[in-house]
Amino acid sequence: MTEPRVLLEIDDLHKSFGGTEVLRGVTLRVRAKEVIILIGPSGSGKSTLLRCINRLEEPTRGRIRVDGVEITERRVDLNHVRRHIGMVFQSFNLYPHLTALGNVTLALRKVLRMSRPEAEARGRLMLEHVGLSEKVDARPSELSGGQQQRVAIARALALEPKLMLFDEPTSALDPELVGGVLRVMRDLREEGMTMIVVTHEMSFARDAGDRVLFMDGGEILDEGPPATMFRDPAHPRTREFLGRILHRAAGGA
Amino acid sequence: MRGLGETFFNGAVIAKYLPALLGGFRVTLALAAAVVTLGLLLGLALAIARAFRIRTLNWLIVAFVDVFRTLPQLVVMIFLYFGLPYAGLTISAFLVAVLGLGLVLAAFAEEAFWAAITSIPRGQWEAARSTGLSFAQALASVVMPQAIRVAIPLLTNRTIAITKGTALASVISVPEILDQAQSAMSLSANASPLVVGGMLYLAIFAPFVAFSRWLERRFGWII
Repeated sequence: MTEPRVLLEIDDLHKSFGGTEVLRGVTLRVRAKEVIILIGPSGSGKSTLLRCINRLEEPTRGRIRVDGVEITERRVDLNHVRRHIGMVFQSFNLYPHLTALGNVTLALRKVLRMSRPEAEARGRLMLEHVGLSEKVDARPSELSGGQQQRVAIARALALEPKLMLFDEPTSALDPELVGGVLRVMRDLREEGMTMIVVTHEMSFARDAGDRVLFMDGGEILDEGPPATMFRDPAHPRTREFLGRILHRAAGGA
Repeated sequence: MRGLGETFFNGAVIAKYLPALLGGFRVTLALAAAVVTLGLLLGLALAIARAFRIRTLNWLIVAFVDVFRTLPQLVVMIFLYFGLPYAGLTISAFLVAVLGLGLVLAAFAEEAFWAAITSIPRGQWEAARSTGLSFAQALASVVMPQAIRVAIPLLTNRTIAITKGTALASVISVPEILDQAQSAMSLSANASPLVVGGMLYLAIFAPFVAFSRWLERRFGWII
């Protein structure tokens, strides 16, 4: 059996904001179709790592290759790189002046230069995919948080990315709306999408993740398959962190 | 009472000078339209240019804005009217009035549009850029449509206030409403032309005010 190809390679990535070093040498390989779960305390650099991968943040040092293309190179066409990397934000960031369909089709028309009917056909398909075919013409303000986040996922998927980045996609949602978003993400996994997910949803991490990475202080301290990571983490800091967060999730103080 | 009626509502005087006053009405209307168009479009263009954050250009824009926000409109107008000929440039009094008021409005409009652009959350930019839109595309399709809505309530009052300043153009003898009313008043020794002039101003600016209220209601939502 051949291993799927390596889709993302990160080597010795550093990022500083002013004098503070937020990433201190991150090295990571992600294979196609892999679902990576990034966990760790706040301020550990998870979001920054994610945002460096599509260069919303400029890395201070290090190398990132996506599907063989070195995106940290100075002369790379960032707009071209970004259409292959979908991103979903904690705060959805839907365009409030456009309908759900308008949100999904904007990049199709402006970046892929599709005609309006062509873009709308794909946009409808994408919204159907996330269970929102009835909300095509709704404005973001008329949608629940969970629906907004699903529109945001459809917006990213419409460009047929090779890699999807999720930055705490359910953290801003009411508990009863989390399930719908996670279901869409599980479907994506089934379809073979490569994903990196920053999340505190430990049940999702356990049953949808191929690998769990624990970050602290700007480094990946620990990693392994979810079963191992949750049952028997190697690093004491991972154990401590998981102990705290699982205890809280179980309804403890 | 009869004296009051004859001084302010004198039918014979009104009939005699009405054609001149209506001519002034047309001039004021044209002046107002030109000032609003120049001021808002130039202000919008400057704010968009400023969004590209080119250091020298931004410095020039800010300097322009601060100068024209500071100077009284009348001073700008008189300066252009009497100053430009020394620079070898002679333009009509009408054009001087359009420029004087239009540049002042542009300065205020730039500030309103710029404030609106900077009020759009960073996440909007990031969402747009993460889907491969260029900076200019994100600005045009995502940020500006929202920024213009935000700017409208900031702009309406200022636009009305500056456009009413078309009356100042009487000082450089543009034959607009006030100019016509004043000469009619001195010729007839009667105040009726000014009363008619006031009504003509109302006829222009009352719909203007109503329109701006409608705009505020229609687009003035908070994101």
